[in-house]
Amino acid sequence: MADGSGIAATMTSPGAGRVPMGMMQRFLQRRSTVAFLLCLPLIALIAGFVIYPAFYAIYLSMLNKKMTTFVGFGNFAFLLKRHTFQLVIFQSCLFAVTAVVLKAILGFILAHLMHNIPGGNQKIWRGLLLVPWVIPLALSTLTWWWMFDPSYSAFNWILNQFGLENVPWLGVGWIARICTITVNVWFGTPFFMIMYLAALKSVPEQLYEAAAIDGANAVQKLFFVTLPMMRNIISITVLFSLIVTFADFDIVRILTGGGPQDMTHVFATYAFQVGIQSGDIPLGAADSLFMFPILAFAAFFVLRGVTQRTKEIAT
Amino acid sequence: MAEVSVRKVVKEYDGGVQAVKGIDLEIADHEFVVLVGPSGCGKSTTLRMIAGLEEITGGEIWIGGDVVNDVPPRDRDIAMVFQNYALYPHMSVFDNMAFGLKLRKFPKDEIKRRVDEAARILDIGMLLERKPRALSGGQRQRVAMGRAIVRNPKVFLFDEPLSNLDAKLRVQMRTEIKKVHQTVKTTTVYVTHDQIEAMTLADRVVVMNHGIIEQVGTPQELYHNPTSRFVAGFIGSPAMNFLPCRIEEAGGGGLLVRVGSALSIPIPAARTARYAPFKNKEMVFGIRPEHLVERREVGKAGFEPVELLVDVVEPMGMETMVHFFVDGAPVCARIDPATHAAPEEMLALTADMNQMHIMEKDSGKVV
Amino acid sequence: MSATTHGTNSLHRQRMWALWGSYAALAVFVIIFLVPPFYTIITSLKSSAEISAQDGSPWMVKHPSLENFWYLITYSNFQTYYLNSVMITAVTVVVSMVISVLAAFSLSRMGFWGSGVLSTGVFLTYLVPPSLLFIPLFQIVGSLGLINSVWCLILLYPTLAVPFCTWIMIGYFSSIPKELDEAALIDGANYLQILTKIFIPVAMPGIIAATIFAFTVAWGAFLYPLAYLYTSNQMVLTVGIISDLIRGDVFQWGKIMAACLLASLPPIVIYAFLMDYYVAGLTAGATKG
Repeated sequence: MADGSGIAATMTSPGAGRVPMGMMQRFLQRRSTVAFLLCLPLIALIAGFVIYPAFYAIYLSMLNKKMTTFVGFGNFAFLLKRHTFQLVIFQSCLFAVTAVVLKAILGFILAHLMHNIPGGNQKIWRGLLLVPWVIPLALSTLTWWWMFDPSYSAFNWILNQFGLENVPWLGVGWIARICTITVNVWFGTPFFMIMYLAALKSVPEQLYEAAAIDGANAVQKLFFVTLPMMRNIISITVLFSLIVTFADFDIVRILTGGGPQDMTHVFATYAFQVGIQSGDIPLGAADSLFMFPILAFAAFFVLRGVTQRTKEIAT
Repeated sequence: MAEVSVRKVVKEYDGGVQAVKGIDLEIADHEFVVLVGPSGCGKSTTLRMIAGLEEITGGEIWIGGDVVNDVPPRDRDIAMVFQNYALYPHMSVFDNMAFGLKLRKFPKDEIKRRVDEAARILDIGMLLERKPRALSGGQRQRVAMGRAIVRNPKVFLFDEPLSNLDAKLRVQMRTEIKKVHQTVKTTTVYVTHDQIEAMTLADRVVVMNHGIIEQVGTPQELYHNPTSRFVAGFIGSPAMNFLPCRIEEAGGGGLLVRVGSALSIPIPAARTARYAPFKNKEMVFGIRPEHLVERREVGKAGFEPVELLVDVVEPMGMETMVHFFVDGAPVCARIDPATHAAPEEMLALTADMNQMHIMEKDSGKVV
Repeated sequence: MSATTHGTNSLHRQRMWALWGSYAALAVFVIIFLVPPFYTIITSLKSSAEISAQDGSPWMVKHPSLENFWYLITYSNFQTYYLNSVMITAVTVVVSMVISVLAAFSLSRMGFWGSGVLSTGVFLTYLVPPSLLFIPLFQIVGSLGLINSVWCLILLYPTLAVPFCTWIMIGYFSSIPKELDEAALIDGANYLQILTKIFIPVAMPGIIAATIFAFTVAWGAFLYPLAYLYTSNQMVLTVGIISDLIRGDVFQWGKIMAACLLASLPPIVIYAFLMDYYVAGLTAGATKG
């Protein structure tokens, strides 16, 4: 391409008359090949253990218990008609929504309290409040179970000291539901606090000063400065937590195993009981798949929020 | 050490946007060439193509007698100084400067010798153990230059290296860069948007606009003989005054410049022949503020008296800027601070018409 | 108090009230939040006899002893669980980090056809909870012959860690100025050298945060080991404690709590020393990109 004709061709039609494939182009092409190879383990992992199982789950959910015949949507219809499963749907939603709302409110309060106190101390307090989040959930739930224990309950001992009756913590449906939610709130609130605290810190101090000069009081500052500035993080955190809480397994499994009378079962624990323990793989798969729509819904909005946020940061 | 030549180089981005539209440029060995122009004029893209960081869409780039279009940056034997310095934050100053040599497997004592030598030239010997974050802006700039010097490359490339410094430091580093070039004499291509930087540093300045080269020349040539209105306006600060005008016949075979109804100034006899073909055409009259001064030396050839109504006065200490409106267009004069000038008063000025320029209205070509 | 300074003083007093009020409220929260870990420690120090005696407050320990810990440390099953947990976690962390760092480097800097879609896909995968796919994975693991083998966890845990690790590494890598790799490119580095000599050292906080995340996930996972492992020689801590120390209706609470404490120790220690990285990793998901 060092001859004059090559240049002339390039000049007359810059778009079409590209120089023939040179080292640079080969270099660039090789670069994208290398880029692809570097991603290959990731792609293999996602394809093999996420995408394939997802489709496989759909296939499985359409088989009979012995996995010999195709039953279409039979398993889904069967589940929907079952009283236990109706409870599962109700409880999963109750569990997720109540827990997430409580976590969001408590986290918000904690983040504000934390934001009030000076930096050095903040680190210590933050460190203490994060402990529930750090202990593996399966292990801390064991402690909760022990504290709720019917015969040795440490909580009941306190109630007795005030002259109150023993409470059958995990023995009665509604109380057990409240207990599972409590444990989840205890575990998840620190996460909300940390996210909100990070968001609070990112609100420029001048905005508050400007609002103060404009005559805003504390409540108005909260509604017109803090909340709008944090909106994106709040929604990302809430939706993300909704996914995690909705699909929670550890707490219910350890605390109640779904009882009493299936009144605390959620999708994940029920799928485990049906699919793994009772060996009805297709029914368990169908049960899990019921989670998909709400997860997809939340995931869509999380992704949108994150993309928006990325753009905000970029500009 | 090497010459660089850019031949009919085109850069087209995906989507058909042409950043560089076929430019030609010959840079001699040891020469210091500055590419200058407003943002988006293609100067940085040109530099990055020379560096090999951007693919060349069309044309050829030669460094030291070889076409380097297809040569990856590491094999072009160039060194580059970036606007944000691009120092490796986790390495000490020494390691920053030695990194390129280490990758090229230079022996340890040779690396040490070269780094020490560069540190001596740049006066950063006492900083070698520090991390970049512990350095001031000017020191980082020196380290970035040191990283280029130790490699002893064929060409130095500078991409707006002083933009992140404050005004005072910028002037100081400018001198520094010039001194370094006088010492090491490596062929240098330097990109900036600051015309003063371009004028002070360059052997030759390349003014670019909209992906083409407007003019190439020494700083003096560009200042005194700009070939286009763009170059005339871009070089010099404060910028040249531009006034719409007509060339008209004056008594005795001479010509004059008429600006609206208010102003008419005779054109020096030496230029009569040059402007005669443009008689009675709509043209643009250009005169620099420094050629519009307080009343003096009247009677000398080409020094014409002008009287204007003052709008704003800006004393700057060593000189005073006075702003006027002539026929609706802003005009600036640079006068001696001792001269009395006040708003809403008439001020007697002298226009040095030997330094005037006449441009075509549409093409902007200086005639 | 003089009249002239009254105004500033009341403002000052108001601030002091807000500050001490915040401290008081935080203290209440901290006490409530730390009740379970506190109770874990108390119980772990009690002998079985003291627990079943049930006299006096369960919140106090009368005869503290380390017998539960001693029992666990010398109990071969518990040793096995611990070793399995350590081994599986270590392998998971290494594998996950290698996969994520390579992919994040490629996605944030090199790019190829479809890399944008892949980045989004990575994030979506991060949002897939383990309880959604554990049933088909049970079949898949079964067909690979890995049921009741630690290897199935080594295979599956990275799916839990890699998406998030990749995501935050993309964030950290993208925040490295492009001029830095261009400078390295001109200095003569190839892509591998840019990754190992520039990107990894510069993005070290991100690497640490991602490593901590991978560690936490692998150490605390409960559903997969519960579903796929059933003999004690293959079990990990989270599941082993429950299945081993709870025999029918006999709850050895002292030992269970001591085991919980020992099992929680590695994450707590890492957290105590690297809290800032831990928090950075936690918030990175939403703020980094």
